[in-house]
Amino acid sequence: MSTALQNLVNQPYKHGFVTDIESEVVPKGLSEDVIRLISAKKHEPEWLLEFRLNAYRHWLTMEEPAWANVSYPKIDFQDIIYFAQPKPKKKLESMDEVDPELRRTFEKLGVPLHEQKLMSGVAVDVIFDSVSVTTTYKAKLAEVGIIFCSFSEAVHDHPELVKQYLGSVVPSGDNFYAALNSAVFTDGSFCFIPKGVKCPMDLSTYFRINTEGSGQFERTLIVAEEGASVCYLEGCTAPQFDTNQLHAAVVELVALDNADIKYSTVQNWYAGDENGKGGIYNFVTKRGLCKGVNSKISWTQVETGSAITWKYPSCVLLGDNSSGEFYSVALTNHLQQADTGTKMIHLGKNTRSKIISKGISAGRSSNSYRGQVKVGSRATGARNYSQCDSMLIGDRCEASTFPTIDVQNTTAQGEHEASTSKIGEDQRFFFAQRGIDSEEAISMIINGFCKDVFVHLPMEFAVEATKLLGLKLEGSVG
Amino acid sequence: MIKEGSKTLLEVKNLHAAVEGVEILKGVDLTVRAGEVHAIMGINGSGKSTFSKVLAGHPDYTVTGGTATFEGKDLFSLEPEERARAGLFLAFQYPVEIPGVSNSALLRLAYNTLQNERGLEELDPLEFEDLLEEKIKVVEMDPRFLSRSVNEGFSGGEKKRNEILQMAVLEPKLAILDETDSGLDIDALRIVASGVNQLLTPDNAVIMVTHYQRLLNYIVPDYVHVMSGGRIVKTGGKELALELEARGYDWLKAAA
Repeated sequence: MSTALQNLVNQPYKHGFVTDIESEVVPKGLSEDVIRLISAKKHEPEWLLEFRLNAYRHWLTMEEPAWANVSYPKIDFQDIIYFAQPKPKKKLESMDEVDPELRRTFEKLGVPLHEQKLMSGVAVDVIFDSVSVTTTYKAKLAEVGIIFCSFSEAVHDHPELVKQYLGSVVPSGDNFYAALNSAVFTDGSFCFIPKGVKCPMDLSTYFRINTEGSGQFERTLIVAEEGASVCYLEGCTAPQFDTNQLHAAVVELVALDNADIKYSTVQNWYAGDENGKGGIYNFVTKRGLCKGVNSKISWTQVETGSAITWKYPSCVLLGDNSSGEFYSVALTNHLQQADTGTKMIHLGKNTRSKIISKGISAGRSSNSYRGQVKVGSRATGARNYSQCDSMLIGDRCEASTFPTIDVQNTTAQGEHEASTSKIGEDQRFFFAQRGIDSEEAISMIINGFCKDVFVHLPMEFAVEATKLLGLKLEGSVG
Repeated sequence: MIKEGSKTLLEVKNLHAAVEGVEILKGVDLTVRAGEVHAIMGINGSGKSTFSKVLAGHPDYTVTGGTATFEGKDLFSLEPEERARAGLFLAFQYPVEIPGVSNSALLRLAYNTLQNERGLEELDPLEFEDLLEEKIKVVEMDPRFLSRSVNEGFSGGEKKRNEILQMAVLEPKLAILDETDSGLDIDALRIVASGVNQLLTPDNAVIMVTHYQRLLNYIVPDYVHVMSGGRIVKTGGKELALELEARGYDWLKAAA
C-alpha cells in the first residue's frame, strides 16, 4: 500500500470543544435513589418512576451482551454520571434568551438554530447533554396538530400519549442497554403526527454530549397516526475527551395504517484519537413498528464517529402490506469498531423490506454488518432484498458480514447480495492517469460506493455526509 | 504525418524497468515528434504494455536505468497525475470499473483539473454537457453512457470507446493506446480507429501498442517498431506491419 493510502485518516475532530457552562450533576453511579432523584428533578408522574424502577430492577438481572464483534474494557456502570443539566437561569421563550455560550457552541457545530436557518424549513429540537434547550417552530407545527417537543415536556403536556406508546416498541427489558436507558433516560424528543397530517417540514434534532464522564441516555418517540407522514433528522456530535463516554439511546417509532416515517441520522460522535484513546461508546436501540396496514418505516444512517458502534435500527412489520427500509453507510478509521446492521421482522402478509448496507473500513478499524431477516409463519408473500457491500482502504482494516435469514413461510422471497472490494491500485492509478489527485479520487470512489444510500438522505444531510466522509478519510489514503 | 522540424514530444533513451525485481525493459530507445503515429508491435511478454505503464508512471513498475523526457522535462521526476496534466494519456488495456461514479462526473472532474492546470476557467455542469455532446460524436456513443457509472456493465468494446471519449475530452499531446484493439469486433474497431483519427493533429502524437496488423489498416502509422525481449529490435514504415503479418515474429527473435 502506498503511503498516500495510509495517510487519509488523520483529520483532527472538528467538534472537540467543551462548552464552559455550569452543569448541575447528580453524583456518579446508579441506584434506585439516583433514579428517584432524576425522576424527582424532572417532576415526573408516579407511573414513569415505576417504569424506570421496573427497568432498573430488570437491568440488574441482565448480562452485558458480548456477541458483537467489538472489544473494549469492561464498563464500570457505577462510574458514570447519569444526569447532567446545564443550570438554567429561567424558562426560555425565544432563541435570544438562550445562553450565548451555548449558542456559540451550536454555531461552531453549524446547528441551524438561528432564525435565518429556520426559514429554510427545519424545526430543531436541541438536546444539550440531557435537557432539551429549546424547541423551535413549535407553534407552526401545532397549527396542524403536530406535537414536536422535548420528551420531558411531552411527559407533562401529553402524558396519555407518552404512557400509551413509551416502551411499546422497545420494551423496558428488551436488552441490556435498552433497560439501562429505560431506567435513567433524561430527555429526548417526542413527535406526534396526528391522523392524515403530512408534516410540512423535516423535523430535526441535534444531540451533543458535553459533560466529561456523563452518559447520554436520550429517548425518542415518534408516532405517526393513520395516513400521517414525517421525515425526521438526527445529528450527533460530542466534544473530545480522553475518557470514553457511554451513549445508550432508545428510539421508538410507531406507524399506524398508511403512515410513513423516514428517520435519517448522521452520526459523528467523537471517535477517539488515532491511537484509540477516548471516544464514544454508542450502544443504541432503534426500532420501528409498522403497526398498521400499508405503513412504512425507513431508516437511513451515516455512521462515521464513535469509538464503538453497536446499533441495529430495525423494523417490525406487523401490519399487512407494510414495508421497512434500511440504508446505511458506516465508516470506520483508526481503531474504531462498528457492529451495525438491521433487523427486519416480517409478521404481516405481503410485507416488504429492503436493506442496503455500505461499510467502509480504513486504518486499523473493524467494521461489521450484522443483519437479521425474519419471516414469521403468518407472513405470506413477504419479500426481502438485502445488499451488503464492504470496501477496504489499506490492508490493516477488517470488514465482516453476519447475515441471518430465518424464514417460516414457504411463500416468502429473499435475496441477499454481498460484495467486498478494495480501493485498488488500479483504480487509483486510473484516476491519477486522468490527472486527478489521490484524495479527490478516493472521495469520488467512496461517494460513488455510497450513492445508493446518499440518495435517500435529505439534501442538507447528503451534502454534510459527503463532506464528512471526505474529512474522515483525509490523509488515510496516499 | 512526418514533418521536418516538428517538436519532439517524447524522447526515451536506454530505458530499463523492472516489476517485482524482474527486469522487463532492457534498453528501449524511442523518439516521438508532434504529428507522428507510432505502432509498437510484438508478442506477449515482449514488454510492450510494460513500456506504456512505465511511461504513465504505474506504481508497480520501477525504472532501473535510462531516461525519458516529455517536452524536454524529466518524465520520471513527475508523479503520474502530473504526467497526465502535462498531456500524457494512457488508454488502458483493461479499463477499470468505478461503481457509482458517473462517466460525466469523472470526465468533468478530469477536464476541470486540466483547465486549472492550464490557467483556464472551469466549466460548470451545463457548459460541460455542451462540450460532451460534441465529443461523444467522435466515438459514436449513446449519450446515455454519460450518466452510467464508469465502465460498469459496459461491454469490452464500450469500455474501449469510453477510453477514446476520455482522450477526446482531455486532448492529450501524446496518447498511448495500450492494446485498444484487443477484444473489439470489426464495427467497434472501426469506430475506435475513426475516433483516434479525428483527434490527430499536427501538434499531437499517438503510440499504438498492438499485436495485430488490422488496427493499422485504420490508423496508419508513420513508424512501426517491433519489441522483443524488452528492446525495440526493428523499426520500419507501415509496410513492416504487413511483413510481420505474413512472416510472424520468429525471424526477428532470431535477429535479436
